[in-house]
Amino acid sequence: MRVTMRIRRFNPEKDQKPYWADYTLDQVEPNDRVLELLHRVKWEQDGTLSFRRSCAHGVCGSDGMRINGVNRLACKVLVNALDSGDHVKIQIEPMLGLHVIKDLIVDMEPFFEHYRSVMPYFVNDDPLPEDGRERLQSPANRAQFDDTTKCILCACCTTSCPSFWANGDYVGPAAIVQAHRFIYDSRDNAAAERLKVLREPDGVWRCRTIFNCTSACPREIEVTRAIAEVKAAMRRGVKHPDPE
Amino acid sequence: MQTHQYEAVIIGAGGAGLMAALYASRHVKTAVISKLYPTRSHTGTAQGGIGAALGNLEEDRPEWHAFDTVKGGDYLSDQDAALVLAEEAVSAVIELEHLGLPFDRTSEGRISQRRFGGHTSGFGGSPVRRACHAADRTGHMILQTLYQQCIKNDVMFFDEYHVIDLIRSGDTVVGVVAININDGKLHVFHSKAVLFATGGWGKVWEITSNAHTLTGDGNAITYRRGVPMQDMEFFQFHPTGIYKMGILITEGVRGEGGVLINDRGERFMERYAPSIKDLASRDVVSRAIYLELEAGRGIKGRRYVHLDVTPETVNRYLAEAGEDRRIDAEYIETRLPDILDFCRTYLGVDPVKEPMPVQPTAHYGMGGIPTDLDGRAVIDGSRTPLPGLYAAGECACVSVHGANRLGTNSLTDLIVFGRRSGKHMAEYCQGADFVPLPDNPAGEVEAELQRICTASGSRKPYEIRAEMQQIMMKHVGVFRTASGMQEALDTVRRLQEQFKTDLVIDDRGQRFNTDLLEAWELGCLLDIAEVTAASALARQESRGAHSRDDFPKRDDEKWMVHTLAYPTDDGGIRLDHNKPVDMSLAEKDERFKAKERVY
Ligand SMILES: Cc1cc2nc3c(=O)[nH]c(=O)nc-3n(C[C@H](O)[C@H](O)[C@H](O)COP(=O)(O)OP(=O)(O)OC[C@H]3O[C@@H](n4cnc5c(N)ncnc54)[C@H](O)[C@@H]3O)c2cc1C
Ligand code: SF4
Ligand code: SF4
Ligand code: FES
Repeated sequence: MRVTMRIRRFNPEKDQKPYWADYTLDQVEPNDRVLELLHRVKWEQDGTLSFRRSCAHGVCGSDGMRINGVNRLACKVLVNALDSGDHVKIQIEPMLGLHVIKDLIVDMEPFFEHYRSVMPYFVNDDPLPEDGRERLQSPANRAQFDDTTKCILCACCTTSCPSFWANGDYVGPAAIVQAHRFIYDSRDNAAAERLKVLREPDGVWRCRTIFNCTSACPREIEVTRAIAEVKAAMRRGVKHPDPE
Repeated sequence: MQTHQYEAVIIGAGGAGLMAALYASRHVKTAVISKLYPTRSHTGTAQGGIGAALGNLEEDRPEWHAFDTVKGGDYLSDQDAALVLAEEAVSAVIELEHLGLPFDRTSEGRISQRRFGGHTSGFGGSPVRRACHAADRTGHMILQTLYQQCIKNDVMFFDEYHVIDLIRSGDTVVGVVAININDGKLHVFHSKAVLFATGGWGKVWEITSNAHTLTGDGNAITYRRGVPMQDMEFFQFHPTGIYKMGILITEGVRGEGGVLINDRGERFMERYAPSIKDLASRDVVSRAIYLELEAGRGIKGRRYVHLDVTPETVNRYLAEAGEDRRIDAEYIETRLPDILDFCRTYLGVDPVKEPMPVQPTAHYGMGGIPTDLDGRAVIDGSRTPLPGLYAAGECACVSVHGANRLGTNSLTDLIVFGRRSGKHMAEYCQGADFVPLPDNPAGEVEAELQRICTASGSRKPYEIRAEMQQIMMKHVGVFRTASGMQEALDTVRRLQEQFKTDLVIDDRGQRFNTDLLEAWELGCLLDIAEVTAASALARQESRGAHSRDDFPKRDDEKWMVHTLAYPTDDGGIRLDHNKPVDMSLAEKDERFKAKERVY
């Protein structure tokens, strides 16, 4: 099939402002990944087209972008998931809410700054088990935070969040997901400090439960649910609820 | 040009680089440089598990792990290194748990373990549960956990800085040159010690499980500065990549009971490895698939076989084997969620209900920068260190994996030897002074970038790359012939010539010039392809992942040696076969002596 890629281009080295450019590709297979099409444009037609990518199968989080108006990983969307027919049109632009460095590449620093602000690391200064072995954790306790361990920090959720667009100081869903991963880990001891950060005006209460984030997540994390659980932990105080 | 000074500079933020950084940064001023954001590193894609003889579910011992490693490596593994790997694996995995890694748990709350190819109890007996796992995203959890701890410990990162040269002053390594991808500016990092942890080079081949960014930069950079590449002829083809795409389907699928089936509906591994069948080591299984395909027994005559993990099939074989265990759809959903997701997304195939189409995929480089047990680069047959240079992880060759790596042993390697190198580096830096930089340390590489940027030839990088990948896939893959390898070598040399004289790229800007960097990476891939083909052609035997029709047998008389490849002044390669394999375990224990490998 034939595909026309309509791509938002911008290179501040030479362009006054962003513009749309069209590239037409023939002999596209319905199960080609959008990332493959971007590569074909870059390799065969215009080497200046710039985007990030690495793993090409949806696990490294490099290639979040807006595809036909929704945030996706380019390597995890097949053409046939977007449209069918002889001539398909696909529109691609950078994620919203972060400064564009060039073409589809945005400045991730503010995103990672929010991430770092929630203490996204394991804290437990208790003495280690005397037998020199692992700390114990029941499968049920482990299951409580399984979903949020899947996050690959692609920013698809945060950059689809209207609250984040309105106010870039909002920590955003991804940071809350990361906080959840530790708050609900029965081995971790720093839940109180994380909740303190998230209780701030730019913390969890900026979330208006609009669900964009959940539908954007390529890892199918139930982002809104994680946010609700963090809010619940805040109301309850820090104690880990026992899984039933 | 900006110059930075750090005592220790670590290149690469995958498992090996981050583990080393955690240790080195405790004692000396350390910087980590990475062309990707750390969490994008390929360690994050590792699926099945990390091997350690914890014995949480059944008896296991480090000696058995060492034995499996040596046997799996087809007796080219250095045995002192294999023992260190197996012994320190236990504390390494425990350390990861203490750092917060969310392993799956047994009902007692201990780290859960599963079976994996080539892991056995009692020196080659029945399969043993040794792979410690967190669903099928163990690597993701390792990468996240280590990066999180680096944040906690305020490790200094230079993200999206691409290292392009090593700076030597006589016989000492004094730093590296990097390009800040964001604005194209060059930076010099002046250091007492440099550690390369730049990962693999699967992009040399057409079908691969490896990321686009796995282009062997560290190996090519050090090689160009006179450091040999060791054992490059040994590159592992994983038996189960998704047909045509190469995306990996973890061995954990077979560990959970999945089986390989040919067009006749036959579980063909029963013929090739009667005792452990589908869980034989990777080279054995990949060759078996290749032979099935050659014999026309691919599914519908095409170049793939089926990997079947549907409960129906698995339970049937479990019953046949007299095992009590049975599985159901839910079990597969919780054990292999990402694998199911890949197949559903990319193939529209649901592995709970139907088999997956698979073919061997280029996966892992056993060779690399030769090092000793502390990660110091050693540059000759008598293991002389090059002061200030270290390597760890996939780009290094200790060598634990010998001629064929066992599944789960790479992650173990990253943690065990990443930790050792980080420690040793810190000690070394504490006792060393900064050696002055040479004049104009970035001059040469700057000229090379300038050349690529302004070249006005006719060949685009992707055309050259595709040609290299195809010829390497065809002739330096699972099965090799002398004429094929020679053809590959000639082709690669012709492509190298084109790269030098007939290249053209489009992007001449400074900012995020991925066109330029991809072209530069292609130069690395070509150097590696050349060394791989030349090393393979010279090794006149079949061993592990290196298997050829004209020398079908392993030759222990002549070839119990590592290959060292050096660049020569006239642009050629000098091969050296004088580095014997360490056989220290065999000296004390008969069972470690080289013998025929049957599974
Ligand atoms: C799909 C897949 C599944 C796997 N599953 C398993 C498994 O279950 N168990 C197992 O043991 N092994 C597994 N492996 C193998 C294992 O994951 C890798 O060998 C290992 O993760 C490599 O880690 P590393 O730290 O050496 O490098 P990587 O994690 O690849 O990191 C390389 C780093 O180097 C940086 N870098 C590279 N070049 C430059 C440069 N020029 N300048 C600056 N930075 C640079 C990159 O940015 C990156 O941070 C798997 C591999 C693949 C591909
Ligand atoms: S649910 Fe909350 S975090 Fe998610 S998109 Fe809506 S406002 Fe943003
Ligand atoms: S929660 Fe999902 S969408 Fe958000 S950063 Fe993590 S993986 Fe990406
Ligand atoms: S390239 Fe890694 S997620 Fe798409």
